[in-house]
Amino acid sequence: MDDLVERFLAGERRALARIISRVENGTPEGRDYLRALFPHSGKTHIIGITGGAGSGKSTLTGALTAEYRRRGKTVGIVAVDPSSPFTHGAILGDRIRMQDHALDPGVYVRSMAGRGALGGLAPTIDDVISIMDAFGFDYVLIETVGAGQDEVEIAGTALTTILVNNPGTGDDIQALKAGIIEIADILVVNKADHPGADILVSQLQALLSLAPKGSRRPPILKTTATRGEGFEALADAITAHRVELESTGQLEARLAEDARHQVLSIARSILLERIRAATPEPDLAALVQRVAARELDPHSAAEELAAAVAAQG
Amino acid sequence: MTSPTDTKIRVLIAKPGLDGHDRGAKVVARALRDGGCEVIYTGIRQTPEMIAEAALQEDVDVVGLSILSGAHLELFPRVVAELKKRGVDDVLLFCGGIIPDEDTKSLEDLGFSAIFRPGTNTQDIVKFVYANVRK
Repeated sequence: MDDLVERFLAGERRALARIISRVENGTPEGRDYLRALFPHSGKTHIIGITGGAGSGKSTLTGALTAEYRRRGKTVGIVAVDPSSPFTHGAILGDRIRMQDHALDPGVYVRSMAGRGALGGLAPTIDDVISIMDAFGFDYVLIETVGAGQDEVEIAGTALTTILVNNPGTGDDIQALKAGIIEIADILVVNKADHPGADILVSQLQALLSLAPKGSRRPPILKTTATRGEGFEALADAITAHRVELESTGQLEARLAEDARHQVLSIARSILLERIRAATPEPDLAALVQRVAARELDPHSAAEELAAAVAAQG
Repeated sequence: MTSPTDTKIRVLIAKPGLDGHDRGAKVVARALRDGGCEVIYTGIRQTPEMIAEAALQEDVDVVGLSILSGAHLELFPRVVAELKKRGVDDVLLFCGGIIPDEDTKSLEDLGFSAIFRPGTNTQDIVKFVYANVRK
């Protein structure tokens, strides 16, 4: 390794940018950087911002950043946009909504492509977040890919997850469904200047009142991100959520749960790599051909692959 | 065939100055996306400082500037100076737009490896990026 770690620890942003690239690409070199810097992480409040495409996540991220800067806090932002499933290229356009902070030395914005990951994030997001955390930002905001009903991965990465809703996007049955709404620590009704905002707030309230007795009811807040309205209350609610986790002893359980998820997911990809390495491409092609021809079922084929690794010991 | 998780070429497409016509920049961004690059597009009316800072934070391999206003000899040297100031001295630079032939030499001297004028085939831009990027 070069002097990048030293420069990173001295607070040099170019070193941060370079290390993120290596970590994002998942190379062995990137893993060395993560190993060196991981002990410095764990102090940042990581906040996830999720919601549908066009719900105002980027603008809201910019406005929340402005509120934190007024409070004298530093902010790192990771904004994820989708990759093409065909060419694997991507257009990363979230910076456009964060231009107010373009030259602020207390703000760092990094765009990431989804690179085929499911769940609204990117394959190496946890590692990139650890690097941002180690750099020492007070807050790290993660903006997910536009999420629909089931992109719940963000809850395993962020300490506080904000779900952004908009008026006029579906009746209360949408809100009654399972999935993404269950992972929200804070519900935001953004574009609150549009008609129907108050109706949506009361629908969400009614929905939350159906929850079992004793379960947590996330606060519902109204924002108009384009005008920066509602962000003092949102920042206060985020702080209150952290205090609540700490005072009820849930914080440690939550961090342990996230770590378990992360370790198992890495272990899964290591095993998959070993399976691929133990099976030459022609063998794999022949095996899947038998499945395609309905001579073998997919479970038996997968068992065969796994057995090849076990045999190597 | 590339895999979705392979290392990708990261490109910043930026429009310095005051002209508000970004169709060309968007066409180029789209062509590079379809060519498998990860393209950061920051929109219109960027100052040289904003462009250089975005290049630093995003750790891009390539910076492409689009301009139609005629102010390229005023703005491009300032973009290059701001990049150098931040230690971003190893990116591939190209530009495009309404740029008279007689300015070619000045821009090459500044470090621009290619100038793409109206009528360029977008595939030539993609090929240029893949052939010249310092990976």
